[in-house]
Order: sequence, then C-alpha cells, then structure tokens
Amino acid sequence: MKVALFATCLGDTIFPNAVRATVAVLERMGCSVDFPMAQTCCGQMHTNTGYRRHAVPAVRTFVDAFSGYDAVVAPSGSCVGSVRHQHATVADSAADPELSEAVRQTAPAVRELSEFLVDVLGATDVGAYFPHRVTYHPTCHSLRMLRVDDKPLRLLRSVRGLDLAELPDAEQCCGFGGTFAMKNPDVSVAMGSDKARNVRSTRAEVLCAGDSSCLMHVDGVLSRQRAGIRTMHLAEILACTEEEQ
Amino acid sequence: MPAFPEAASSAVADSQLRHNLQKATGTIRRKRAEVVEELDDWSDLRAAGAAIKAHTLSHLDEYLERFETAVTKAGGTVHWARDAAEANRIVVDLVHATGETEAVKIKSMTTQEIELNDALANADISAWETDLAELIVQLDEDTPSHILVPAIHRNRAEIREIFRREMGVSGKPAPADLTDDPADLAEAARRHLREKFLRSRVAISGANFAVADTGSLVVVESEGNGRMCLTMPETLISVVGIEKLIPSWQDLEVFLQLLPRSSTGERMNPYTSTWTGVAAGDGPSAFHVVLLDNGRSSALADEVGSQALRCIRCSACLNVCPVYERTGGHAYGSVYPGPIGAVLTPQLRGTESDVDASLPYASTLCGACYDVCPVAIDIPELLVRLRTKTVEEPKRRGPRGLDVVMRGVGWILGDARRLARVQRLASWSGSWLGKAGRIGRLPWPASKWTNARDAPTPPTESFRSWWQRTRGGNS
Repeated sequence: MKVALFATCLGDTIFPNAVRATVAVLERMGCSVDFPMAQTCCGQMHTNTGYRRHAVPAVRTFVDAFSGYDAVVAPSGSCVGSVRHQHATVADSAADPELSEAVRQTAPAVRELSEFLVDVLGATDVGAYFPHRVTYHPTCHSLRMLRVDDKPLRLLRSVRGLDLAELPDAEQCCGFGGTFAMKNPDVSVAMGSDKARNVRSTRAEVLCAGDSSCLMHVDGVLSRQRAGIRTMHLAEILACTEEEQ
Repeated sequence: MPAFPEAASSAVADSQLRHNLQKATGTIRRKRAEVVEELDDWSDLRAAGAAIKAHTLSHLDEYLERFETAVTKAGGTVHWARDAAEANRIVVDLVHATGETEAVKIKSMTTQEIELNDALANADISAWETDLAELIVQLDEDTPSHILVPAIHRNRAEIREIFRREMGVSGKPAPADLTDDPADLAEAARRHLREKFLRSRVAISGANFAVADTGSLVVVESEGNGRMCLTMPETLISVVGIEKLIPSWQDLEVFLQLLPRSSTGERMNPYTSTWTGVAAGDGPSAFHVVLLDNGRSSALADEVGSQALRCIRCSACLNVCPVYERTGGHAYGSVYPGPIGAVLTPQLRGTESDVDASLPYASTLCGACYDVCPVAIDIPELLVRLRTKTVEEPKRRGPRGLDVVMRGVGWILGDARRLARVQRLASWSGSWLGKAGRIGRLPWPASKWTNARDAPTPPTESFRSWWQRTRGGNS
C-alpha cells in the first residue's frame, strides 16, 4: 500500500527520530512510503492562536503536497486533528472555493499513526520488541478530537517485553496547548508538573505519547527535575525490534 | 483587574488554593461521571437539551413576548433592562417602593453579574445572601469563584474563621464554641439566616428557567433556603437573563435531568421550586420579573458565538477544566469563570479590556469541557473563534511582538524551501546550543519556556534532509 508521510513541522525540524521511526514501522508493515517534499505544516499554531488568515498558506501548501494520495499518515494526533477538523474552516475563511474543495478531498484521507495501523491495516502487533517499563499519556487531541480510544494502548500491549504501567489521571491535559505554553507559562508548568509527578509515580523508565509537542513539554519538566525518565514517541517504541536491541 | 496570565500566576503560586480546588473539583468530577454513566440515553438527552435551547434562542423575540403576556395575565409585572445599570435601577426602585430597607436573596449568577448587591447597598438597602456558600463569600467581602460552589476556594477551617469573625457584625453571631465540623457550620448558618428569613418582606431571586407558555419561573437548589425566600416575603423580584427562556413546561423534563447530574452529580436536586404570578393568600402578593439583556442580544447575533447562551450554568466545564483547577475562578476577572466564562464574558462585555482579551487564551483547547457540557456547547471552537476575532480587531496599539512573529512564521511555513532553510539554521545552532540534548535557561522571550522547563536541542539533521540524503529522488 502506498502511503504519503506527513512529518509535521515539529517532527521534521526538531524530532526527526520520531518521523524516521514512523517510516520504519510503515515499511515493516509492507507500505511503500512517499515523502512529498513540498509539505510544511498543518497551520494549527496559527489557527489556534487566532491568526487564521496566516494559516491559509500552510493549508494551501498541505493540499498541494498531499492531494491525490489515498492515505496520508502523520505521527501526531494534534496535527491530524487540525487537518481533519480545522482546515475546512481556514479554507472557507479565505473565500477560495477551489481551496475549500481541495481540503474536502484531502482531509479525510489523513490519519494519525495508531488509527492507520489499527483501522486501515488491521494490525495491533507490528513486530516490535521493547523490554522496558513504559507509561502512556493519551494526548488531548488524539483522545477528544480524533477519538483514537485505546488504539495506541492495543499497539503497546502487543509489543514484546514491554511492561505497561497505568498513568494516574492519564486523561488530564499535560498543559502544553501550543502557544498556551508561552502565553500562560505558569499554569502550563503547573499542569506539566502534576503530569510529571504522575509519570514518576508509575516508576516507568519511559513516558510514551503520540504527539511530540506534548512530549516536548513534559520532557522539559522531567529533564529540569532530573527525573531520569526518557520520553519516546509511540512510533519510536513500535520501531524497536529484537534485532536492534 | 489584571489579564488572565498575571492573575493566574499568583493563583498558581497559592498552594492552599490549589489543594482546595483539586480536592473539590476532583470529588464533583467523579460524582458527575458516575451518575451520567447510569443513563443510557444521556447523549439523546444532551442533544435534546441543545436543540430546545437552540430553537428557543433562534425565536427568542416570540418567546419573550409570550412570556410577558403570561406573567402579566398571572398578576405579575415584567420589566425590561438593557444593561446592568438599568436592571439595578429597576430593582432599587421596586424595593424603595415597598418602604423596606433590606431583602433576602436567592443565589443568582445574574444578580452577581450586574453587581446588584453593591447597587442596593449604595441605595441603603441591605441584601442578605441566603445560599450557604454565597453567605460565606458575602460575610468575607469576597467574590464567588465558582458558578455552583461560590466558596470552593475556601476550606472548612477558613469558613469557621469567617463565621466567627463576621456573623455578629450583620446579625446573629456564631456560637463561641463553633467547630469546623460541617454539621456545626451548617447549624450556625441556619440560625444566622433564620433571623433574616423571619424579618424580611422583600426577596430577590434569579431563575434557572423561565417557561414562556405559562410565565413560570423555576429555581433548583440543594438547601431549601431559596424556597424560604420564595414563600415568606410579600414582594418577590426576579432578575432573569433573556436566555433563560424555554418554550413549555414539558421542556423542563429534559433540563431537570441534565442540570443536577451535570452540576452536583446528583440524580435529582433536593428542591425544585416553580412560581407563576401571584395567588391570594399564598406566597408573595407582589411579583416582578426584570428581563435582562446586558450584552446577550449582541452575543445572539453571532451565529457561532450564540451557542454560549445555551449555557444552563451547571459548571461541569469548570470542574473538568485543568486550567480552572490550577487557578480558581478569581483569575478570570468575571462572575463567569472557567471555560464557559472564557467564551461568555468576552461576548457579553466585548474584548476591549486586557482581561477580556486574554480570556479566550485561558485554555489549552484540551476539549474536556465540550465532552461534559450537557447542552453540547462547542467551547473549544468558540475559544478559537474569539481568538481570531481578538486578533483581527483593529488594534489599540501598534503591531505587537506576537503579530510580527506569527506573520513571519506563517510566511516560512507557506513554502517548503523556506522551511528547509530555517531547519538548516536550527541544525547549525543546535550544534553549539546544548551539550546533552537539552537547553537550560534562556533569556526572554524564550525564558517563558525555559524558566521551568528544558528545551530540546535541534537535531543535527532534519527529517527532510535525512530523507533527501538517503532516499533522494523518491519524490
């Protein structure tokens, strides 16, 4: 199956390992992965901060890069949520009927990694091996915008050697919230600290999530606390195999 | 009032406040989840609640006229108030006309919104709050910090101190041996309030619902103090927001299921009182309704924003909001705090002031509020819409730093070659910025991130250049 990879601007620029891991998992599952070089970003930062007009170029670039693909996969619940739930509004606000139509053609094909693996490929076991204690944070947009439910957990439970620890108050937001982290730094850090405390209470070695952005925030808090807990994107864990260990 | 980030900053630093809030919201959250889980038709009820409210709001002019006719026919009087000042003037005049100088009050967000108690005090009328939590807030000369539990930011020990210090100033003092046992505190409040119930000839209320067909008002409560106010006095004045209308008595069946489960986590609230006009020998002999606009019709004019007027003030969104849980209600600078306040207040008051312009940003857009809202108000969508409105409004000052940054970043993200150039710059800077894969403290504005969080070091190679290097020509 041919799949177009949407790396997301944050994944492409700051967390390339998570994106490379996404490629590894998709290829292991028999997909042929294409990376349209014209892609940039979903425009969520602009949309959610109120700069909807400035999100239009990103949306235009997105539909140009990804039109014509049957499946587009991204390692981010948040960015996929933005594509599926916000691109239409952004395009409509630009009063460009062609762009609106292109968004309506493109957006439904875009899926978050766990959605794609479980819903499209019908797989929960991707042949991964990761002999560590891991706890999982279900990020808000995966949970409430995409409703991925327990798909990431089903994937993690099928990883050989993995000891999955339940995270207390898992469904509470970590406090990242895009520009919220900068506009309301004190509340953001207070929420991140509570999340970090819950992560520490699980005695996990690794905190896993499906969004690099939320992980970047909690990792920042854990690292400042010298907690000795690694953060890893779901794709990075799923990419690990026995041969690589 | 400072903007939300400043107000929230001092609230977050108050560990006692955070502890009180976490405990209280956590308890209500769990209770609500349990009783909602019991109903297998909850999503149908929620859709019905949303539909009834949406229908009423889109025909509000007709229903308001129908309501006025019904109230008048039942022996009551309807007054129309465009704003807070007008509403306050009407109420003050009505109380003056009775010759009384005090009134008992039923807990009401609408009268908090228009700051009626201050207006009455300025006219030498003492207004006594009779809801336990409102009483605590009033005695302490504080302001409510939660829609349902105005004194949520106080714990038992603090309440005992307030009662001992203040009750004697305005009426029957608290017993000298008052403990912080809830039953003891409730008994002290009961005795303090009873004196006021027996004496007062004027009562002031709001309403949870106003039934257009019959001109009836409805109040739901837990303590029964409201019912005392509705039955004992001779004159009853109800200040009601125009969005409280519902068409018929039958529509109540939906809301009387949605409201208590969403707000107190109860299957049914202990007291539901309804009243229609006046009846000889039974209850107040004079009844007035003040129908309040105060920004509601301008909110109604916004096709998406008008959703916020469906709100039935259950406060479920406050109790699940992770931001509210850390800051409490005072940080929002409005009687309507939490997620609903962040969308309602800027619509009612406009976004001219710093605090009102900051409210739509007082959320991470985590979406928990939308999930619990019993009338399905899409609060995250409204927040984003209000942010857009705030940004696109003509500025009072020149372009702010954020505008410049957003414009620049938007330009970069509009084209892959520009993004690739920035990535090369990031990789280059990453090679000297951090040693162990993390960046520590940085100067402003990056300090907003790095004051309490490390930042990741940019990688030596972006994904894009790795792809090109290893798979070049694939696409």
